[in-house]
Amino acid sequence: MATVIRSETHPDIGSYRDVNRDVLRLLSAPGPGYYILLAITLVVLAIGAGAWLVQVVFGIGMSGLMNPVGWGVYITTFVFWVGIGHAGTLISAVLFLFRARWRQSIYRVAEAMTVFAVMTAGLFPIIHLGRPWIFYYLLPYPNQRELWPNFRSPLLWDVFAISTYLTVSATFFVLGMIPDLAAARDTTTVTWRKKLYTVMAFGWRGTANEWRHFTKAYLYLAALATPLVLSVHSVVSWDFAMSIVPGWHATIFAPYFVAGAIFSGLAMVITLVIPIRKMFRLEAYFTPRHFDAMAKMVLVSSMVVFYAYLTEFFMAWYSFEPGERGVFMSRLVGNYWWATWIMLTCNGIIPMMLWWPSIRRNIPALFVISVFINIGMWFERFVIIVTSLAHEYEPWQWRAYQPSLVEMLIVLGSFAWFFMWFLLFTRAFPIVAVAELKEVLPAPRRARVVQGGAQSHGRIGPAEDGV
Amino acid sequence: MSTQVKDTSSRKLGTLGVYDAVDAAADTIEALRAAGMKRITVFSPVPSHDLEHALHAGESPIRLFTLVGGLTGAATGFGMAVWMSLDWPMIVGGKPIISLPAFVIIAFELTILFGALSTVAGLFINARLPQRRVMQVYDPSFSSDRFGVYVMPPAGKESQVRDIMHNNGAAEIREQVQEVKVGDL
Repeated sequence: MATVIRSETHPDIGSYRDVNRDVLRLLSAPGPGYYILLAITLVVLAIGAGAWLVQVVFGIGMSGLMNPVGWGVYITTFVFWVGIGHAGTLISAVLFLFRARWRQSIYRVAEAMTVFAVMTAGLFPIIHLGRPWIFYYLLPYPNQRELWPNFRSPLLWDVFAISTYLTVSATFFVLGMIPDLAAARDTTTVTWRKKLYTVMAFGWRGTANEWRHFTKAYLYLAALATPLVLSVHSVVSWDFAMSIVPGWHATIFAPYFVAGAIFSGLAMVITLVIPIRKMFRLEAYFTPRHFDAMAKMVLVSSMVVFYAYLTEFFMAWYSFEPGERGVFMSRLVGNYWWATWIMLTCNGIIPMMLWWPSIRRNIPALFVISVFINIGMWFERFVIIVTSLAHEYEPWQWRAYQPSLVEMLIVLGSFAWFFMWFLLFTRAFPIVAVAELKEVLPAPRRARVVQGGAQSHGRIGPAEDGV
Repeated sequence: MSTQVKDTSSRKLGTLGVYDAVDAAADTIEALRAAGMKRITVFSPVPSHDLEHALHAGESPIRLFTLVGGLTGAATGFGMAVWMSLDWPMIVGGKPIISLPAFVIIAFELTILFGALSTVAGLFINARLPQRRVMQVYDPSFSSDRFGVYVMPPAGKESQVRDIMHNNGAAEIREQVQEVKVGDL
């Protein structure tokens, strides 16, 4: 009855039914390898939680934080995870508005990564507090003393930006999954899964009326998430740029941080998607074409970030400001020269290999490069935060900082926390967007009507608005 | 909208045509509309321009929810920051009590937050979600690869509906549509 026309983006996927079969088959009991990985993350998480307990009981002195370096690896890791979170919204919202048709395969993974990364990032400002049990002082809540937070403080802007980002990205994630969870509900036979998907699908039936409102709601959410993604890392950068610490007080910080966030987030998407593709045998869904497109974006954002590094060094030299010049000289040859050179190598030099198309399509090479970028971006934040504080204006207050064991274990635990959520996600929810992927496949048509060839429509986007 | 199934107390059940091809479903909708039947429920695994076009559905009102939510968020952000600053007027860093440029950030974030949440509320209200009542018609294949057109024919038009569905290439026509409950699928 229906003719089969192959999609140009996913030539190895035959039909709508194949998508359901390939993706929903993963919603089943995992093998022993999965449980071993999950157990490892739980053990490491327990170690991190134990380290935090030590810090809570014995005080913030258990960390290496001391004047003048009051922000160490906690804030470094906070900025790192917020940055990782940016790629998900970039792929789900910004590329949606730009109608980039390669986003469909990877966007669910990227969006899950965003939610879990922001959940991880949100822990660090609280871990960093001397008295974490009164973290709610950050929120404007009515209290007996009629005290309100200081709305002129960048740290308070951060509270609003991060909590808004977590809420909106989680909403986007859950909302986008509704049609797929309805498909999962219709096929699963496991009792707890049936119950979970029934609740989370909200009784979705895929009526034309539901789709009509759903596509519009998705469009407006994307339109709201796009300025949000730019604002969140700008606000994070203002935590630094609004102060007068040399190395921080620069107007380039907001775009510099946003570019860095996109760069690191895309690298993390690649790091996560490559093992998933291999383990779950989803080669037809994540094709070299997708990796090529992501690698190009990594390359572009790498150059933007590297340009920002050079601008910072140039401005320090050009300013004739001894404090500013001192910080940047200390970055290159001072106590933390190794961190600076890791940052410059991993973020500026190694990604230049992506100029070669053969490397962009070489999956193992891409994996290695993306891991280097993740390392480099963590060190970028370390360099920005620690070298600036350790080398302020007055030489008598210079002091090097060394992270303590407690700090390093907590940072390690945060990675376990992130990967634990991600592992749970891969077997609980569809990791490829079933309904959205079908939109880039040709719709089944009667044999006689093959007008327009293999063309299919993407989700109703801005250019086709008002159909 | 015209696509919503009415919850009938008389338990009169309509006709469901199941299709393998999207254009067959779209043609059926056009033919049913031409025959004067406007209350059609269409099922689809993907959003489809063909089906939307055939149904002549109007513009979704969700944009109003987004706009109103966003404006409410902006007003709340400014209002909250201004009122709370005046409630405990403490000068910080020599800045005015009402420092509007700083408050723009609070207002911006709340614009996005309220706008997004009210968009979701708009979706749930307009698409009548969550559905916890009896679902009158559904087939699990509608979330996989098949399309459905459901209509409750007026008295005497049952055979005409069947003919329209058949002539437009329905793979299956069900007269006695089973009632399904959410969770019993």
